Amino acid sequence: MSIFSKYEGLASALASVTAGGGRNPFDVVIEKPISSTVGLIEGRETLLFGTNNYLGLSQSPAAINAAVEAAKAYGVGTTGSRIANGTQGLHRQLEERLSAFFRRKHCMVFSTGYQANLGTISALAGKDDYLLLDADSHASIYDGSRLGHAQVIRFRHNDADDLHKRLRRLEGTPGAKLVVVEGIYSMMGDVVPMAEFAAVKRETGAWLLADEAHSVGVMGKHGRGVAEADGVEDDVDFVVGTFSKSLGTVGGYCVSNHDGLDLIRLCSRPYMFTASLPPEVIAATMAALTELENHPELRIRLMDNARRLHAGLQAAGLRTGPQASPVVSVILDDVAVAVAFWNRLLDLGVYVNLSLPPATPDQHPLLRTSVMATHTPAEIDKAVNVFATVAREMGLSHAA
Amino acid sequence: MSETVASVSALIVKTLLANPKVPRDINGSSKIVEDLAFDSLAVMNFVMEIEDTLDVSVPLDRLADIRTIDDLAACIVSLKQAS
Repeated sequence: MSIFSKYEGLASALASVTAGGGRNPFDVVIEKPISSTVGLIEGRETLLFGTNNYLGLSQSPAAINAAVEAAKAYGVGTTGSRIANGTQGLHRQLEERLSAFFRRKHCMVFSTGYQANLGTISALAGKDDYLLLDADSHASIYDGSRLGHAQVIRFRHNDADDLHKRLRRLEGTPGAKLVVVEGIYSMMGDVVPMAEFAAVKRETGAWLLADEAHSVGVMGKHGRGVAEADGVEDDVDFVVGTFSKSLGTVGGYCVSNHDGLDLIRLCSRPYMFTASLPPEVIAATMAALTELENHPELRIRLMDNARRLHAGLQAAGLRTGPQASPVVSVILDDVAVAVAFWNRLLDLGVYVNLSLPPATPDQHPLLRTSVMATHTPAEIDKAVNVFATVAREMGLSHAA
Repeated sequence: MSETVASVSALIVKTLLANPKVPRDINGSSKIVEDLAFDSLAVMNFVMEIEDTLDVSVPLDRLADIRTIDDLAACIVSLKQAS
C-alpha cells in the first residue's frame, strides 16, 4: 500500500477539475510581473485580479530600492532564528516602526503571516484556556488552535450574539477565553462588526485577537484596519497581520499593549524555530510602510476601485457578496461550472483565484477577485466585460 | 439532566434527516464521515446545529475521537453532565 493512497480522493478531485483539458488551478505560473496589475501568464499579458496586492506596493520603486540597498549593506539572509543569531538591528527597527504605526507598546515580527497566527494563537491560549474562533476563520487560525492545547469552540460567522451565547456557556469555568476574529474575511471580503465583538469582550472579560491581514492598509483613517475604522482599538488586545498583502512583501507580526507579549518570544515555536526575515525584505517592508503612511489617497482609490468592480459584476448579472471590499467574490453553484468559468477568464486575459469547497463558506465554489489601488478604471471595466462575456457564453447572466 | 445517549442520538438522526442529501437509512451506529459523506467543514457545521439545539458547546478536539452518531451523543451527554 502506498503512503499516498490516503490521497486518492484528492487525486480524483483534481483529475475531475482538469478533465476535458482544463488547467490545474494550483499550477498557474505568473512568468513575470510586468506591473502591479499585469503579469505574463502562458506568454500572454494578463490582468491580475487575484494577488491581494491591495496597494500595488509589491512593485513600489521605493521598496525595491530599499531592498537592493539593504542586500548590498547586510547580505541576503540571516541564517538564524530570532532567538539565536537571527535578530539584527533591522528586525528591532521594523518592530519599533510597527509599534509606532499601530500606537502599541510591543511588536513581534514573524517570518510569514501564517506563522504570526500560528505562533501567537498557539502560545497565548494554553492547556486550560479556551479559544473561540469564527467559523469562517483562515486555515492559519485553525492550525494555530491545533498547535496549542486550548479547548477550541467555533461560533457562527460574524455573529457577536452567537459568541456571547457560547461564552455564557463557559461562565464559571477556569482559564482565559481568547476570541479570534478577522478584519476582512479572505474568501467573501465581508467585514467583521468589530464594535459588536468589542462589546461582548468588555461584558464577558474575554481577550480579543483581531487578524487584520486583509484590512491593514485598507481600512481606518490611518490604515490600521477595522478596529481603527470602528473606533475600538483599545478593546482589541492583540492585532495580528501580514506584510504580504497591502505592504507587498512577506512576513507577519503581532502588536499589543500587554507587556506579556515579550514572554511569547520565549515559548512560541513558530517564532523560535525558523529563520528570521532577511534584511532586504525588512528594508522593503519599512519603505512600503512609509508609502502606506504617506499616501492615504491609495486607500481612497482602492475603495473606489472595489465599488466599481463590485457594482460592475453585479450589473453583469453575477452573484457577489453584499459588501464592496477589496475582496470581491463571484458565487457559483457548481464546481464544474466554476472551473470552466475560471479557465475561460484566463483564456481571455483575466487572472482570478478559483476557490473550491471545503475551503469556501457554504460549500459554494467562488471566483475570488482582489482589487488594487493601482488598477485603472479601464482595467476594471475590461475585467468586468470579460466576466460578462464568459457569463453570457455559459448562460449564467441572471439580471440586468 | 434529562438527556440520555439514546435520546440525543435520536435527536441527531432527526436533525440529519432534515437534510435531503443524507441517506435515509442512518442510525446511531452510522459513521459520520464515511456513511454520511461529510467533509471536515460539514461535520463542524452540523455539530454547531446540534450544539444550539441542546445548548452545549463541543470543543473541536473532542470531535477527533468521534466516529459514529452514538459517539457524538455520548460526548454531548458527558459535556452536559460536566456543566
